[in-house]
Amino acid sequence: MKRLTLKSLGVLALFLVFLTGCTNKVAVLNPQGPVAKQQYDLIIWSFILMAIVVAGVLIIFIYVLVRYGRKNSKGYDPEDEGNAKLEALWTIIPIIIVILLAVPTVKTLYGLEGPPKPANATGKKVEPITIEVTSVDWKWLFRYPKQGIETVNYAVIPEDTPVKIKLKAIGAMNSFWVPELAGQQYTMPNMPMNMWIQADHPGDYLGRSANFSGKGFAHMSFHILAKKDANFDAWVKDVKANKPALTMEKYKKLLEPDIAGEMTFSSYPKVLDKKDAAMEQHMNNDDMEGGMNHDSGH
Amino acid sequence: MIADIKAFLSDFLVLGDPLIYGADISIVLSMVAIVFVLSYFKKWKWLWKEWLTTIDAKKIGIMYIIAALLMLFRGGIDALLMRSQITFPNEGFLDSQHYNEIFTTHGTIMILFMAMPFIVGMMNVAVPLQIGARDVAFPYLNALSFWLFFVGAMLFNLSFVIGGSPDAGWTSYTPLAGAKLDPGPGENYYLIGLQLAGIGTLATGVNFMATILKMRAPGMTLFKMPMFTWSSLITSLIIVFAFPVLTVALALLTIDRLFGAHFFTIASGGSPMMWANLFWIWGHPEVYIVILPAFGIFSEVISTFSHKKLFGYKAMVWSMVLISALSFVVWLHHFFTMGNTAAVNSVFSISTMAIAIPTGVKIFNWLFTLNKGRIEFSTAMLWALAFIPNFLIGGLTGVMLAIAPADYQYHNSYFLVAHFHSVLIGGTVFGMFAALHYWWPKMFGHVLNEKLGKISFWIFMVSFNICFLPMYFVGLMGMTRRMYTYPEGLGWMPLNVVITIGAFGMGIGFIVMVYNIYWSARYGKRDKTGDPWGGRTLEWATTSPAVEYNFAHIPKVETADAFLHMKEKGTTGQISKAPFKPIHMPNNSGKPFIQAWLMFFAGFGLVFEWYWLAIPAAAATMLVMAFRSFEYHDHHYIPVEEIERTESATGRLN
Repeated sequence: MKRLTLKSLGVLALFLVFLTGCTNKVAVLNPQGPVAKQQYDLIIWSFILMAIVVAGVLIIFIYVLVRYGRKNSKGYDPEDEGNAKLEALWTIIPIIIVILLAVPTVKTLYGLEGPPKPANATGKKVEPITIEVTSVDWKWLFRYPKQGIETVNYAVIPEDTPVKIKLKAIGAMNSFWVPELAGQQYTMPNMPMNMWIQADHPGDYLGRSANFSGKGFAHMSFHILAKKDANFDAWVKDVKANKPALTMEKYKKLLEPDIAGEMTFSSYPKVLDKKDAAMEQHMNNDDMEGGMNHDSGH
Repeated sequence: MIADIKAFLSDFLVLGDPLIYGADISIVLSMVAIVFVLSYFKKWKWLWKEWLTTIDAKKIGIMYIIAALLMLFRGGIDALLMRSQITFPNEGFLDSQHYNEIFTTHGTIMILFMAMPFIVGMMNVAVPLQIGARDVAFPYLNALSFWLFFVGAMLFNLSFVIGGSPDAGWTSYTPLAGAKLDPGPGENYYLIGLQLAGIGTLATGVNFMATILKMRAPGMTLFKMPMFTWSSLITSLIIVFAFPVLTVALALLTIDRLFGAHFFTIASGGSPMMWANLFWIWGHPEVYIVILPAFGIFSEVISTFSHKKLFGYKAMVWSMVLISALSFVVWLHHFFTMGNTAAVNSVFSISTMAIAIPTGVKIFNWLFTLNKGRIEFSTAMLWALAFIPNFLIGGLTGVMLAIAPADYQYHNSYFLVAHFHSVLIGGTVFGMFAALHYWWPKMFGHVLNEKLGKISFWIFMVSFNICFLPMYFVGLMGMTRRMYTYPEGLGWMPLNVVITIGAFGMGIGFIVMVYNIYWSARYGKRDKTGDPWGGRTLEWATTSPAVEYNFAHIPKVETADAFLHMKEKGTTGQISKAPFKPIHMPNNSGKPFIQAWLMFFAGFGLVFEWYWLAIPAAAATMLVMAFRSFEYHDHHYIPVEEIERTESATGRLN
C-alpha cells in the first residue's frame, strides 16, 4: 500500500503548488496579462475538476485493494459481472465533466479572437498597437509598421495596451510563446496568423520558440519588455534618433540561418512593407541559394 | 578524385564523433560474437529452419518481442543520452545536431519499432490460441509482415553509423524535413524505414482482422471472445484504416525529397501544413493502436488475478469501439496552435474530451472487476494495478491538453512530454510488461521469477514517477521539448536533476527485468500444466509452450471465459483425446525473409539515391513475389502418428 500513499501525497503536493501559487518561476501559473489570465483560469478550473476525478478513482482503488487484497476476504463473488445502474452512473459523470469543461473552453476560444479588455477598466478605449513578428532560422524579427522601427530578439510594448501580433515565418515553422503574457501560436511560412498579447504591468517577460526548427532552435528566446506609456514613447523616440537603419543588405544577412543577439534599428527598408508577402514567398521557395534547386525555372 | 572519395566516406561513415565510433565498434563486435556463437555451436541450420523461415505465429510473435526488447534498449539509451545532456544548464556532452538526431530516433524507435512490434508480437502469441485456431489466416503474409518490420527497423537504425540519423523529430514536420532545410540521407532513412515497417503493419492488420473474424473455434461468437482478442480486432481495424494514410504521406514526402516534387513545399502551390494533417490523421489513431491492446491485456490480467469475471464485458467492448471511432476525428488537437478558427478548435476540443467518456467507463469497469474479487498480487497483476493510477494521471492531463486555449500554454512544452509518456509508458509499456510476465510461460514453458519480477516492477514504477511527474512542472515553467540545452537562472535545473535520476532508475528496473529473463530461463519454475495462473481463456487449455498445431482437437466454446467453463464441466481432456485426424498446416518458407532483405537493399538504394541498387533490388522483389504465386505445394498434413507422439510426450494423452 506504500505506493498508494506516495501517489496520494504526490497529488496533494501538486494541488498545494497550485493553491499556494509558488509561481514566480512557474511562468504558466503566473499570468501577467488578460490573455494569459483567461488561459490560466481555464487551467485552474480543469485542474480542480481533474483533482476531483483523481480523488474519486483513488478512493475506490484503495478501497477495493485493501478490502479484497487480503487472503480470505469476505464477499468474494466470482460471478459478479455488471450492474446497469452503476455503469450508467459512470457514463453520465464523465459526460457532465466534459460539458463543464467544454462550455468555458468554447467561450474562451471565441473570446481570444478579439483584442483583450484592459485590466484597469477605466472605460476609455485604448488604441491597439501592431507588431509584425517573423521567425527566421534562428531568431525573431519584430517590426513596428506604424513606428517604422525594427528589433531583433526583443520587443518593447506599452502596458495595458492590446498588442496585435502578426505572425509569419521565413524558413522552418516556429511557435511564438510568452507564457506569462499569452499561450503560443505557430509561425508558418505563407500562412500569416494573428494573436493578441497584453501586459498588465511593466516588466521583462521571457518568450521562446516552442516548435523545433533545427540546430539553433534552443537559442530562440526573446524578451518582451512592457513599459509605461510615456516610457514606451520615449523608447521609440530614442530608437528613431540614435539607432542605425536596417539596410536591405543587413536584412538579407539576418535571413541567413544563424543565431543572433538583440538588435535595434531606427528604420527598415520601406520596400519590405509593400513587398513583404512577395519577399517571404521568395525566401520560402526552393530556389533560395543553398537549396536543393530542383526546379531551375526562375 | 581521392579528395572526393574521402569526403564521401567521411559523410557516409559519419566520421569524427567518438560516440559513433563506439557504436561502430560495438556493432562489429556483436556481429562477430553472433557469427562465432552460431558457428561454434553449429546453430546456423537451426536458426534458418526454426526461426528465419518459420511461419508459425507463436515463433513470429517471439521474434517480434525480442526485437521490441532490443529496440526498447536502443530507445532507452537514446533517452539516457538526452537526459545526460539536459540535466544541468549549458552542458556540452552532446552538440545540437547530435541531440536532434537522438530525440528523433528515440521517438521514432519507441513508437514504431518498440511499441508496435511489442503489441503485434503479443497478438501473434496470444490471439490464435485465444480463439482456438491453429495459426493466423495468412501465415506466409504474417512472416512477410515480420521481416518487413524487421528490415525497416534495421534500415532506420543503420542511419546512426552510415550517413547520419534523421534530425527533424519523429513527427518530421515540413518544411523542416524537406529537401531544402534538411538535405542528406538522414530524413530519407526515416521515410523509407517507416515505409517498409508500415507496409508490414498494414498486412498484419488485414491478417488479424481475417483471423479473428473467420477462424474462431466453433461456438465462439463475437461476444464470447476474450477481451484481448476484442482489442486486437479493433486495433486491426484501426490499422487498416489509418496506415494507408501514413504510406501515402511518406511516399509523397519521399517524392518531394528524391524527385523534387512540391507536395509539402511553398513553391508551386504545395502546403507544408498538409504534412501535419496527414501525419496526425495516421498519428492519432496510431496512439490508440498502441493503447487498445494494452487495455485488452489489462482486462485479461485483472480478471484472471481477481479470479473473477470481467465487470461490464459489453460496456468494455463498446467503449473500445467508440474510442476507435473517435480516434479518427481528433487529429487536429495536435495543432490547435496552427491558427485555426475558434469554431474548428472548439469542435476538436470537444471531440477530444469526449474520448474521456468511454475511457472513464473502462477505468471504472476495471475497478469493479477488482471489487468482490480475490486479488492475487502477482507481477503481471502489479503492472496492471499500477496502470490504473498512472494512466489516470496521463489521461486526465490529456483532457487538460484537449482544452484548446489551455493547450496554447502546454503545447510542445514538457507538460506535453510528461503527458504522452504517462499514457504511453503507464499504458502501453506497463501493459506489455504485464503481458510479458503473463504469457511468458505460454511462450517458453517456464514462469518468470516472481521475486525478481516484483523488484524490477517497483524500481521501474517508482522511477517512472520520479522521472515524469516533475516534467509537468518544468513544462509549466516554460521549458519546451527538443531543446538541446538551456541557460542558467531559469530555475529549471533542480527538477531536471530529479528527472534524470528517475530516467536512470527506469534503466536499472529494465536491467533487473532482463536479468530475470536470463535467471528464469536457467532456473525458473517449469510450467508442466499449461495453466500456471488458473486461466480463464483458451490459450491456457493447451501446453506451455503450445505445440506446433496449438490444439490437437479444436475446442468447442459455449461461454465467454471458455477454458474456465471447460474446467468447471470437466471437459478439458477433450482437446487431447484420441482418435486424431491429420492436421493441415502451412509449410515454412524462406521467401518472406529473402523478399524483405531485397526490399531492404532497394530501400537503402533510395536513401542514398543510388538507383543502380534500388531498381535491381526492387525488380528482384517482384521476382520473389512472382515465384511465390506459382508455388502450389505450400502446405502439408501432420500425420496421426506424429500427433499421437507429440501428445503423449506432453503427458496429455492417456
